[in-house]
Amino acid sequence: MTDPIMYPVRLVKPPLFLPLWHFAVACFIGTMITDITYFRTAEIMWADFSAWLLTAGLVVGVVAAILCLVDFFIGRLVGVNRLSVVYVLGNGVGLVIAFFNALIHSRDAWTSVVPMGLVLSAATLVVLILGGVMGRAAVYRRDLGVVE
Amino acid sequence: MNRTMMSQMPIRRSLALALAGSSMVVLASCGDEPEPTNEIGANPPLPAQSQYLVPPMHIAPVVGWKKDETPTVPEGMKIQAMASGLVHPRQPYVLPNGDVLVVESVAPPAASIKRPKDLIMGWVQSFATASPPQEASNRITLLRDADGDGVAEVREVFLDKLNSPFGVALVGNDLYVANTDAIVRYPYTPGATKITEPGVKLVDLPGGPIDHHWTKSMVASADGKLLYVGVGSNSNITENGIGAEKDRAAIWEVDRETGRSRLFANGLRNPNGLTFEPQTQALWAVINERDELGPNLVPDYMTSVKDGAFYGWPYSYYGQNVDPRVMPQRPDLVEKAVVPDYALSSHVAPLGMVFYTGSNLPAAYQGGAFVGEHGSWNRKSFNGYKVVFIPFAGGRPNGKPQDVVTGFMGADDKTRGRPVGLAVDKAGGLLIADDAGNSVWRVSAK
Repeated sequence: MTDPIMYPVRLVKPPLFLPLWHFAVACFIGTMITDITYFRTAEIMWADFSAWLLTAGLVVGVVAAILCLVDFFIGRLVGVNRLSVVYVLGNGVGLVIAFFNALIHSRDAWTSVVPMGLVLSAATLVVLILGGVMGRAAVYRRDLGVVE
Repeated sequence: MNRTMMSQMPIRRSLALALAGSSMVVLASCGDEPEPTNEIGANPPLPAQSQYLVPPMHIAPVVGWKKDETPTVPEGMKIQAMASGLVHPRQPYVLPNGDVLVVESVAPPAASIKRPKDLIMGWVQSFATASPPQEASNRITLLRDADGDGVAEVREVFLDKLNSPFGVALVGNDLYVANTDAIVRYPYTPGATKITEPGVKLVDLPGGPIDHHWTKSMVASADGKLLYVGVGSNSNITENGIGAEKDRAAIWEVDRETGRSRLFANGLRNPNGLTFEPQTQALWAVINERDELGPNLVPDYMTSVKDGAFYGWPYSYYGQNVDPRVMPQRPDLVEKAVVPDYALSSHVAPLGMVFYTGSNLPAAYQGGAFVGEHGSWNRKSFNGYKVVFIPFAGGRPNGKPQDVVTGFMGADDKTRGRPVGLAVDKAGGLLIADDAGNSVWRVSAK
């Protein structure tokens, strides 16, 4: 039995931005659902729900984006590599699409959702899902970081 | 398109529409805003619709009138403040003895916030009006100019504690006031400067909790049997749900004896300035059309109002021009939508109209209509903010609108005042209620 090689290590805490970001993504998923419901019923209440969900998602999403930057600088984003860049950029693009979607959703009645609102709600989700899947490792993989 | 068809709308078509929509947005935001000079008169050319990412909300700050500052009138006429320091005056009404009632009125309490846009719009539009102490308004003030110098010496609170009133009509000794939620009758004694008796409700009108277009313009028929009341829509274009529009965007006909009512005409988004054309005795009104379809859509208009006619709102405008924002659509109603008589240009917000049959102003004004244009918010360059005159011949508009009273909007793009309701006083002077300038102006021959 050989002696183990001893290295000093640091346990990295999870990123600060994650809980808030999950909240934002849940809002964008909700927007998609209420958009579809409005498309199928023309009941204005659902368009109003979409507008609120989008606004909430945007506000919380922007706060999460700021926290993500904080995480980067205080070293809570572990394993910053190509994948985590995809993750962060993907989420950023999703937020930008959601912003334009909020403008579309500020129109009055039917065309606040159909067709552009629906398309942008779906585009937001597609971008978020792709970015999320590809960059997942950046935030979920727990490593022992070697202090150099 | 009905609901079943809607859900079967092919995705490919939706995508095509989306692409078309987005290119339209880009065009709308890049292009210069065309001048609003064409969309005037009978059968105006109507530009293509453009929906916005961010609708233009260009609100002029209100600075009010300085001492001795007045609106401008053409050569040969003069303008003076019959009264100033009023609280949001909206409508003058002349009594048979020459006394002038001034309806001072502010919007009813805002409905609950329905969506994020309500928060932003409410904030932006609050800049467009002088902020009067709300509790002092919602009353009728009596003005008396006994010596005929054009300035009121007597000024009394005639009726107080009303509910966002607008229309007034005297039939015999019955004075009817159209509050935003009901027509109320008061006993009037000729020469009185105050009414203390409580009113009697004749009929409820559509009021809150949502009360988007709240002004109830009113006129009595010549024989005094019927009252005609303008009831505006409860939204720009059904964004509060079609249920909120019940019995709205219409002109009601109310039996004065019984209070029984029917819709005389509908599809009129926000009808105001109800009045009878002197030659044909036809009912005319000015109508505020819908916003957020472009700087030159949809032109506001004046029109004779035909019994039983449908004028398009919300489904279409100027006949069969369908508004894509309304769902479900109603092709059956669009088909029979009547084209209004005379476009006044887009977003000018006409709120008052009076036909001139007095003897004081120059003869050229005989029989034509003065229209008070409150002024635009939904376009980059301002439109309206003046009183215009439209000549009439044989009971029909005959010629282009002419600017008569201007200067409400200064060269600095700040408003001194905004014209609303109009009336002609006993001596033939034109009276203008100015709600942002808190004045009543009187125009007369020099």
